[in-house]
Amino acid sequence: MGKMIGQRVVRLIATLLAVTFLTFLLTALLPGDPVNAILPPDAPRDQATVDRIRAEFNLDDPLLVRYGSWLANAVTGDLGKSYITDQQVTEAIKQRIPITFELTALAAFFALLLAVPVGILGAYREGRFADKSSSAMVQVGLSVPPFIVGIFLIWLFTVKTSFLGLPSTGWNRITTDGLWENLRTAVLPAFALSLAPLAYFSRLLRSDMVGTLKEDFVLSARAKGLKNRYILGRHALRPSSLSLVTIVGIQLGILLSGTVVIEQIFALPGLGSRLLNAIYQRDIVMIQGITVFIATMYVLINTAVDFIYLAIDPRIRKR
Amino acid sequence: MESRGTVGRVDRKILVVEDLKTHFKLPAGMVKAVDGVSFDLKQGQTLGVVGESGSGKTVLSRTIMRLTLGNNVHTSGRVSFEDRDILSLSNKEMQKIWGLEMAMVFQDPMTSLNPVVKIGRQVTEHVRKHLNVSKSEAKATALQLLKGVRIPEAEARFNAYPHQLSGGMRQRVSIAIALACGPKILFADEPTTALDVTVQHQILNLLNLQQQERHMAMILVTHDLGVVAGRTNDIAVMYAGKIVEKAPTWMLFSRVQHPYTEALLRSIPRTNQKNHTRLSAIAGRPPDLINPPQGCKFSPRCPYAQDKCREEEPTLQAAQSDEHQFACWYPVGTPENKEAFEKNLAAQLPQTLAFAEGKVVDESVIDNAVALSGGGS
Repeated sequence: MGKMIGQRVVRLIATLLAVTFLTFLLTALLPGDPVNAILPPDAPRDQATVDRIRAEFNLDDPLLVRYGSWLANAVTGDLGKSYITDQQVTEAIKQRIPITFELTALAAFFALLLAVPVGILGAYREGRFADKSSSAMVQVGLSVPPFIVGIFLIWLFTVKTSFLGLPSTGWNRITTDGLWENLRTAVLPAFALSLAPLAYFSRLLRSDMVGTLKEDFVLSARAKGLKNRYILGRHALRPSSLSLVTIVGIQLGILLSGTVVIEQIFALPGLGSRLLNAIYQRDIVMIQGITVFIATMYVLINTAVDFIYLAIDPRIRKR
Repeated sequence: MESRGTVGRVDRKILVVEDLKTHFKLPAGMVKAVDGVSFDLKQGQTLGVVGESGSGKTVLSRTIMRLTLGNNVHTSGRVSFEDRDILSLSNKEMQKIWGLEMAMVFQDPMTSLNPVVKIGRQVTEHVRKHLNVSKSEAKATALQLLKGVRIPEAEARFNAYPHQLSGGMRQRVSIAIALACGPKILFADEPTTALDVTVQHQILNLLNLQQQERHMAMILVTHDLGVVAGRTNDIAVMYAGKIVEKAPTWMLFSRVQHPYTEALLRSIPRTNQKNHTRLSAIAGRPPDLINPPQGCKFSPRCPYAQDKCREEEPTLQAAQSDEHQFACWYPVGTPENKEAFEKNLAAQLPQTLAFAEGKVVDESVIDNAVALSGGGS
């Protein structure tokens, strides 16, 4: 167990090094001169100014040196300063991340909340009406892109009806407006985001569960006179959820970086829209910082998933 | 042996099975896995159900327990368990019988225990449900049971997961689970097939001991006649979904009537045989249950098969005693049987020649066979 934690930590650090370096490399390889982005559009672009800017931002140093100094700062929590707005990257992340986190968590929560019963039901009634109709609905969820769902939800809840009085755009902060106001703005975008993961989760759980239900231990649980509901929940769900947990981890990462479109539609000031802006403005330091942050979250989530495996399946603990 | 467990008591019939049929509808056709089986079982008695893989013995026990799954299963006939018509009960009603009155020990303890649930909960969960006892009472019962099935350090095992136990230990746990609520009838479906030979005897003895102590009825399903030899009151031999011979255990072994039973007996390796004696196998394969052979289903593999066997299916009939029934036109040990064998040898029927090589029939017949087959090896 202790050895395993050690291994995971080493792997975590190695992954983070690779991720940060690749991110650094990518932005350095992008065509176009960052100097152009740093200078205001109407500023003179004579050699002296360009050289001054290059020196100021250390753009002339070799890549590895720049990476080294960036990394040294990053370790202390300093991800640099935007070329354009002069804002600290960590400051920007701090400002934007609560929205993205909340959307991600809420979307994953919605998805799991629906996917687990749908998956179990589909497996339990394999090949019957409940299975076929739920998998047809899931298919629809998979094939409709989230932005369509978002637009549809806005139309349905704010244009067509004023059900629950949900706002179509904007964001209320939990800290200033309270939980209820906050949830009112979060629920529609989170729901729009949850459909695709919901589809993945329920399909995956269903197919794993179909396999589990054919296991001898399910038959022996039946032969003990246990109720179906108990067998499904207490005996079949856990052994069927290993790949679900894996996919939940991956989906959390995708959601973290994938809220951009939904943030645009619902006019939410999340991390995604900040990243998008940075890309438009060629704000390399900002792009780097946010990417590294998201990648770090991704790796952390997947490390957490590894530990959840241990909780689910005692057979893995032995190794 | 035949009076074991019944001394001084008149036992009532606990289970009556009449003309039970279980058919599976597959795209290729109807599989008649169990095809008209009848028997009854008294309290405290053990019935051995013996047959090869595919003879329908597992499906039989699962049908009686109503554990056959799927909507392609067609069951008919009657199963009466303590005067309740099992086949007409709803699943909800069965849930009150399963584990409490009827229990099953499965073949493979590696797969029949849930790998992610602690032993303790697997032994206690149905006890708590059926007997409505508290967690601590259930635990006390379970610990006693685990000790009863000779699990060392039961207290520690209670919090272990199945993978931390050996195969034999796991089967002991399965037995403890099955016995936990004190069932009236126990189905043991090849309980030792997946275990080491050294452990097999321990497990079988344990089952026997518990069965006698509790005066419980037991159906012991196996492919190994050696397993049931000293441990059952009666034996039913199954072939292609039907009982082909049924008798009190001692009677079956001393007066074999059906050629299939005889073949099963011959396939048990014996220690008094010379080294390197070839293992006597039954020629051919178990029949296709979708398109079974005409007439007697064993006829394509039977060393004594005659035209009549291939045309007309024999039904169960009584031998010298009513307790002993068999379904064969040329039962073993009769002059007709001997005549049929010699006729088949002369015709060089492959299964008859193979049977003769098994060297259980008397020497003169074999000599004769060798002569007829042109000198032999």
